[in-house]
Amino acid sequence: MIRVVLPAALSLLARTESEVTLDIPPPATQRRVIDAIEARWPALRGTMRDQVSGRRRALVRFYACGEDLSHDSPDAPLPEEVVSGKEPYIVLGAIAGG
Amino acid sequence: MSGVRVLVGTRKGAFILTSNERRKRWSVSGPHFAGWEIYHLKGSPADPDRIYASQSSGWFGQVMQRSDDGGKTWATVGNTFAYEGDAGTHQWYDGTPHPWEFKRVWHLEPSLLDPDTVYAGVEDAALFRTGDGGQTWQELPGLRGHGSGPSWTPGAGGLGLHTILLVPGKPGTIFIAISAAGAFRTDDGGSTWRPINRGLKSDYIPDPDAEVGHCVHRIAMNPSRPDVLFMQKHWDVMRSDDGGGSWREVSGNLPTDFGFTIDVHAHEPDTVYVVPIKSDSEHFPLDGRLRVYRSRTGGDEWEALSEGLPQRNCYVNVLRDAMAVDTLESCGVYFGTTGGQVYVSADSGDHWSAIARDLPAVLSVEVQTLPPPLAPQ
Repeated sequence: MIRVVLPAALSLLARTESEVTLDIPPPATQRRVIDAIEARWPALRGTMRDQVSGRRRALVRFYACGEDLSHDSPDAPLPEEVVSGKEPYIVLGAIAGG
Repeated sequence: MSGVRVLVGTRKGAFILTSNERRKRWSVSGPHFAGWEIYHLKGSPADPDRIYASQSSGWFGQVMQRSDDGGKTWATVGNTFAYEGDAGTHQWYDGTPHPWEFKRVWHLEPSLLDPDTVYAGVEDAALFRTGDGGQTWQELPGLRGHGSGPSWTPGAGGLGLHTILLVPGKPGTIFIAISAAGAFRTDDGGSTWRPINRGLKSDYIPDPDAEVGHCVHRIAMNPSRPDVLFMQKHWDVMRSDDGGGSWREVSGNLPTDFGFTIDVHAHEPDTVYVVPIKSDSEHFPLDGRLRVYRSRTGGDEWEALSEGLPQRNCYVNVLRDAMAVDTLESCGVYFGTTGGQVYVSADSGDHWSAIARDLPAVLSVEVQTLPPPLAPQ
């Protein structure tokens, strides 16, 4: 069970809690986590990555275990602590703008 | 008794203002989609309880919302806006080619007849259409592909397609406008387009009379007389009597002819409203006095309307999509400001009052005239 922390704007948009849990069949990767989020909450499609290019939105970052995974390959395996549910996978909106 | 529902898009959410036909007492609901930019929301003429909204954010991109109950509840619909084929390039501010990139939906125009059909004007400029209530959107690529697309240059606010006019009884005819490419017209439902900018003069482009490149801020028409179009250009208020075939300036005695918005009275096709703004670098009213100007002669002769509007220390702007008229017997005129005020005149502009004073900066104002069963009493 993977724990995902969503930014407030997205949990409000999806009408869900700020922390959600997902069952991701192995291998768990960032791409599969985002795929699962978008499948379960269609309102979030395109909010973390551009739907046409598939690229992460510039002001969205992905953190886990104290590391910034934003620039890692979306197909790289997630850390074991995230896969086991010990640590959350964090979707973060940049602190910027008004 | 009939009523009105005013749909207000702001920098930080949407608000819905309702009243009966007297337009004296108002109920305000919102913010809907709090914290998000709502560039525009608009109801279907065929089903007033069907409303579409463009919700966007610099962080999380474009979200589309739809209500089937007059704005009480909302559900997200499709938000994939993919350009047809190779998107190609347009011109960047410095004259270099720049890839066409979708940024946001600026304007939504529901079909006059079908609640499931809506046109969306987007940045970077293109026209999209849904026929399934917003679930999927397809580009009408003939507009960008008509030939001049690679030369289009963004206005200061971006390369936005901001105006879509549908013509009653002529489903194939659509007028659109883009900052800063100009105005275009189709007569075959969007397959082919032609620029309609003859007569516009813009000293800020290399050829002031160019076929495209004009910073058209807004076009308006009275639906009963669709061959007559009024335009607020960057500078200049213009009029066409032949559906955009040619334009002539009707700025007349306006104190400044810079501005963003323009609209036409619901029952008097020669009564036109603008909000003059001091200049392209000073986006506020002249002398700190907020005045709507009205022409009852189709342009050239204008009168200032100021009763009920602030006449000192007022330095707000009125954006291009932030004025609307209702169709009640005594035509109501509405506009919103970047200072968060929404004003109404229930008597064609003679007297104004504020419906709301402290909303976030207003990006758009639309009004729905509601028949008695739907109207607040």
